[in-house]
Amino acid sequence: MYRQTEIISDLSKTPPSEGLEGADMIINIGPQHPATHGVLHLVITLNGETIKKVEPHLGYIHRSIEKMCESLSYRQFIYATSRMDYLSSHINNHGCALCVEKGLQIEIPARAQVIRVLMDELTRIASHTLWWGAMAMDVGALTPFFLAFREREMINDIMEETCGARLTMNYMVPGGVMFDLHPNFQKKVKEFITHFKNKIDEYDELVTDNVIFRNRTENVGVISKEDAISYGMSGPSARASGVQCDIRKLYPYEIYNQLQFEEIIETGCDSFARYLVRMKEMRQSLSIVEQLIDNIPDGEFQAKTKAVLKLPKGEFYSRVETARGEFGVYIVSEGGTTPYRIKFRSPGFSNLSSLDHIARGSKIGDLVAIMGTLDFVIPDIDR
Amino acid sequence: MGFGFENITASIHNWLYNTFNPSIALLIEFILVAICIITLFSLLGLVLIMMERKVSAWMQVRLGPNRVGPKGMFQTVADTLKLIIKEGMTPDGADKFLFNLAPFIVMIVAMVLMAPIMFAKGFQIWDINIGILFFASVSSVSVIGILMAGWASNNKYSLLGAMRSGAQIVSYELSAGLAILTVIVLTGSLRISDIIESQQNGWWIFKGHIPVIIAFIIFLIAVTAETNRAPFDMAEAESELTAGFHTEYSGMKFALFFLAEYVNIFIVCAVGATLFLGGWMPLHIGNWQGFNHVMDYIPSSIWFFGKTFFLIFVIMWFRWTFPRLRIDQLLNLEWKYLLPISMVNLLLATVIAIAGWHF
Repeated sequence: MYRQTEIISDLSKTPPSEGLEGADMIINIGPQHPATHGVLHLVITLNGETIKKVEPHLGYIHRSIEKMCESLSYRQFIYATSRMDYLSSHINNHGCALCVEKGLQIEIPARAQVIRVLMDELTRIASHTLWWGAMAMDVGALTPFFLAFREREMINDIMEETCGARLTMNYMVPGGVMFDLHPNFQKKVKEFITHFKNKIDEYDELVTDNVIFRNRTENVGVISKEDAISYGMSGPSARASGVQCDIRKLYPYEIYNQLQFEEIIETGCDSFARYLVRMKEMRQSLSIVEQLIDNIPDGEFQAKTKAVLKLPKGEFYSRVETARGEFGVYIVSEGGTTPYRIKFRSPGFSNLSSLDHIARGSKIGDLVAIMGTLDFVIPDIDR
Repeated sequence: MGFGFENITASIHNWLYNTFNPSIALLIEFILVAICIITLFSLLGLVLIMMERKVSAWMQVRLGPNRVGPKGMFQTVADTLKLIIKEGMTPDGADKFLFNLAPFIVMIVAMVLMAPIMFAKGFQIWDINIGILFFASVSSVSVIGILMAGWASNNKYSLLGAMRSGAQIVSYELSAGLAILTVIVLTGSLRISDIIESQQNGWWIFKGHIPVIIAFIIFLIAVTAETNRAPFDMAEAESELTAGFHTEYSGMKFALFFLAEYVNIFIVCAVGATLFLGGWMPLHIGNWQGFNHVMDYIPSSIWFFGKTFFLIFVIMWFRWTFPRLRIDQLLNLEWKYLLPISMVNLLLATVIAIAGWHF
């Protein structure tokens, strides 16, 4: 659904009769704008610097992944989802693999389960560190961006060794993972754990306790628990409003029910609460990795599956917790080798819908901080 | 101390006046000064932009430019060449005259501000008796250039940036002015050379007790805001307004804004160094004759540039550490905190000056 964008390109074309009181200023933020981290297009109506309305326009990076998946086999379509939320591509793949496994009713070997969870949590840390840097850049601090990339690079190196790729890992197959772990994996992850434990304290020192940062985020972009639920928000953004929505706790998959970790819930409802949730989640993910890294069971890394997968006729749904929230995969199968219909429930899309509600009445600078804490990945919204 | 800038300038002056008649000599002096200023301007641009890059690289765990020339020294030269070659676009809907005029106004203001600065002992373009007042008044003209650029671009980002910048510069000038006055009531003179002379037995930041230290901190905050530097870079705010008032500028016109920004930083830091850190005056401690004598051997220009570059480093340090304030928080900070504090501070400094409690 494409609507003609309302662009008033010339200041002189704003109706003069209404005077300064009545005339709204309409500004297009995006599709090429440093704060949108991609090709999101926001049409914002301003009164001075105060925002009256935010209207997201989508479609600039729509690749019809859902439609493409209908013509790909059950092994292949998983990798198209890496291109949706590219910062947690591994977790997207995980959701799809779970859905296919549900349909085929395959038992996944214990080793594969542990590897999957380890990779999930490493991806989550990588995604959150990048978010931390980008968020700090949005509120004007440029240095954190480089520090965040330093840590993320270590995770990317680990991924590269084991999965063969750094960003779109494509490591999942129905029934397990594609390869076994690289011999260096445990050593490198342990190095990363000790390194990151120091660095995350540095993060807190540099940004969390900074008085300017506190001023920019506290009591800014407030969304109540009820509103967060009614807008269908999920993930860290919803948990900052006190909504219990961690899929890893509510509907545990793989071995999450055997692990010791907390669901981080903040009740601040503002940008700072959303910030805190992600910072604490990084520590939780780190503790999950710590619990698992010495306890990787031996055995198969992949269950035996047929060469050509055919899901039985029916509907299958599975969900996982990505770095941004609940990711749902809905497959309708007619019994063939390709899905009849696939629908993805991406966290970014529902979180974006709340932006107008959150941002009304705040300043342009706040809008940028709010977008930073909502953590949008545009290909995830547009698919 | 046979060698010094004051001897060179004096000998050139004498030679010119002995060789030519006074009016031609004056004209030649004007041209010489203009050449010096333009050279200094471009040199400062090159050095400061290089310094900014290296300082930011150092703080951001990376190397910075290191390909063009030894250790990347000529990167800025290469960038300048690129900017000169680029087309100087003027947008269609822009007010062409004002659009092209704005960068020159900002630039001219920065050049004129060079006049009363004392770079070394006896090395000054114009020792005007209202030196500091001249600085305070001329520096506020640059806001006109910024507003002009923002309005004439016919771009909403530019307009918002210029609006922010106008509000910001006008408000922070008050604090900067009051901080300057704190030192003026202690010295009793607006002339730059007198201010520096008065710090012969110690810099004001040491002599003036707590009020001067507070004034120094307020001055640093206020000039950071006045030069539109982070954390007060509201006028540019690249994550909000892409590039603020100079969004539409490209090529050399953009370079002029960029250059003026860095030269302005140099100027405000030079004024800060003159007022609070003694300008070219070496570090003298009371009656320690031996120590003072050793300090006198370091050339005055090194003292001046050392202090100035230290302050520039501090301002760069701010930029690469702090997030940006929001526009209303920025104005709150000025009108609710800095302005009352500096007013009380000025009163305290006046009491100290009258009672003669300073050293």
